[in-house]
Amino acid sequence: MNDFAGFMGATCPIPLDRYPTVQLAHGGGGRFSAQLVRDMYLAAFGNPALDVLHDGAVLDVPGGRLAFSTDSFVVKPLFFPGGDIGSLAAHGTLNDIAMCGAKPMAMSVGFILEEGLPMDDLWRIVQSLGAAVRRAGVPVVTGDTKVVDHGSGDGVYINTTGIGMIPPGVEIAPTRARLGDVVIVSGEIAVHGIAIMSVREGLEFETALESDSADLSGLVGRVLAAAGNGVHVLRDPTRGGVASALVEIAQSAQVGVLIEERAIPVGDEVRGACEILGFDPLYVANEGKFLAIVAPEVVGEVLRVMRADPLGQQAAVIGEVVGDHPGRVILHSSVGGLRAVDMLSGEQLPRIC
Amino acid sequence: MKYVDEYRDEASARRYLDALGRITTRPWYIMEICGGQTHTVVKAGIDRLIPENVQLVHGPGCPVCVTSLELIDKALAIARRPEVIFTSFGDMIRVPGSGADLLSVKAEGGDVRIVYSPLDAVKIAAANPDRQVVFFAVGFETTAPANAMSVVRARDLGLKNYSILSSQVLVPPAMEAILGAPGNLVQGFLAAGHVCAVMGYWEYGPIAEKYRIPVVVTGFEPLDLLQGITMAVAALEEGRHGVENQYSRAVTYEGNTRAQALIQQVFEVGDRKWRGIGEIPMSGLSLREEFAAFDAERRFQVEAITAEESAECIAGDILRGLKKPHECPAFGTRCTPDRPLGAPMVSAEGACAAYYQYGRTV
Repeated sequence: MNDFAGFMGATCPIPLDRYPTVQLAHGGGGRFSAQLVRDMYLAAFGNPALDVLHDGAVLDVPGGRLAFSTDSFVVKPLFFPGGDIGSLAAHGTLNDIAMCGAKPMAMSVGFILEEGLPMDDLWRIVQSLGAAVRRAGVPVVTGDTKVVDHGSGDGVYINTTGIGMIPPGVEIAPTRARLGDVVIVSGEIAVHGIAIMSVREGLEFETALESDSADLSGLVGRVLAAAGNGVHVLRDPTRGGVASALVEIAQSAQVGVLIEERAIPVGDEVRGACEILGFDPLYVANEGKFLAIVAPEVVGEVLRVMRADPLGQQAAVIGEVVGDHPGRVILHSSVGGLRAVDMLSGEQLPRIC
Repeated sequence: MKYVDEYRDEASARRYLDALGRITTRPWYIMEICGGQTHTVVKAGIDRLIPENVQLVHGPGCPVCVTSLELIDKALAIARRPEVIFTSFGDMIRVPGSGADLLSVKAEGGDVRIVYSPLDAVKIAAANPDRQVVFFAVGFETTAPANAMSVVRARDLGLKNYSILSSQVLVPPAMEAILGAPGNLVQGFLAAGHVCAVMGYWEYGPIAEKYRIPVVVTGFEPLDLLQGITMAVAALEEGRHGVENQYSRAVTYEGNTRAQALIQQVFEVGDRKWRGIGEIPMSGLSLREEFAAFDAERRFQVEAITAEESAECIAGDILRGLKKPHECPAFGTRCTPDRPLGAPMVSAEGACAAYYQYGRTV
């Protein structure tokens, strides 16, 4: 028999969050990632701009406010239905800048290449990244390349960093979610994650599904032009999905969020795949959707602008900010029950039966 | 989505709830066997929609949760071997053994791979003749046919480098263990629909008769569960016992006889240790002697590994329905999905993880 002290010490079965080594879950966008950010990065680097923990930092500079964000891309496979690591790396950072309420101005690109990568693959990736930033009208103004030994990488890793200026009158921050605000999602969720799963080794299932990877900065700019300061929070729910993004917002703003299961737009193919794999679409990654938490008086205008855009045709109100359960997200289930929505401990794992 | 939305409709749910409210006159304890059902119950909030005096007890039907600690330790020992490619369904890889889990073995350099079917593991074995490929054959009667098929396929292909670590368990002996245990509260069962899709429900008649209880074969959608609960309560209120089939769209009395024959061909029934419960006689499947060459325990000589379970974890009480997860002093504090003391907190279908994930703290 263990006494309590012994139990908490050597004989504790497995303190998963105190692994002596890095686990994949530390990059999964769930609780492990949040712990790493809080306990290691904030402890080492903490400052007012970082502590906000938004998709990008907002810095006061002479003449205005600058949004500044970085992201690294390690997707497998490198080419997937609806995109590739190049377009994804462009869209990801453009979107992070857009989620600060800013118009992207310039980007950097860093490549980490694995020895032996076919030059033709690299060319396709570079072309794709170039096409994506040209469509967005954002120049790549600086970059870097490193090559690692064969076997030390998955072909290509890409880091992109971007900057952009925030227009006057726009004030986006996770802490601005307030009682009565409405939660809008710009379209059908969980498409990217399922599209990637569908081509992973060992799990090829037949689907016409393509990643939703897209540059959202144009649409976000039009939403902000129409609704201005009525838009309080923007977030692109990438890793960890809509659920993790909403939990982060609820915790930052110390408000409750109530979402309606039936209102959340999920396409049939995605739902079917999630049913088979035992995944909850709320936790599956998106690369071309965003959440907007807006004042009730601008909801109509925001929806009108979103639905007029090919990227926002399925935009829907999925919930509201409430006074109850501050810091938590509650879901009203399709059969009428209530349940809490929390961050996941690690990645979702396909289940046995 | 066709064939799914129909089973998640609020108006229909309301009708079942009204009916259940009308027929319930006194407290009843009903166990849903399967972890998938527990997950639906908590995810859809069904246990809080039904009348308060109908108590759902969450049963031991999560194969991940009941896989014994020592078997997980054996899996870890095998997965650490350099010549081994260790394959597993996804939800086993985070289950803690005595000192680690398969994910951390992978982080240390072990070749641990998630597969979606044991037949994929056979393919890996065929493609890697210089490596030993082991599949962690976990599950109830639902996974047994595919696991048996993988062994038959490997034999037919002449593969010498494929083996399974078997943790197959059986539902009926577990039901009898629960019903026969001192302090048992369970008065009726919702049998696991998918197990019955394979096995039929002929095995449950004698149990229903012996213990004079209703057993309702039940599906996994919210309305399946509401209907199953209503059928079980109606039987209890009317003093009836016997087996009924709510999940008739998937389950027949005989079940899938070809799958049953395949299980018979490859496996034999024997005693099996269940995590948190202990040994239950004749409750597991092991490879028959003629398939012994495919038994990973023998191939890697890990039979001698034993393990002591955590003293603080009350998984046994949870899995037998004697306690609810949040009644455990360690729930949500010393035991969370990030730091589980026992398996029910790890698997998505474990009762403790379902309670934690969906915010059931009281």
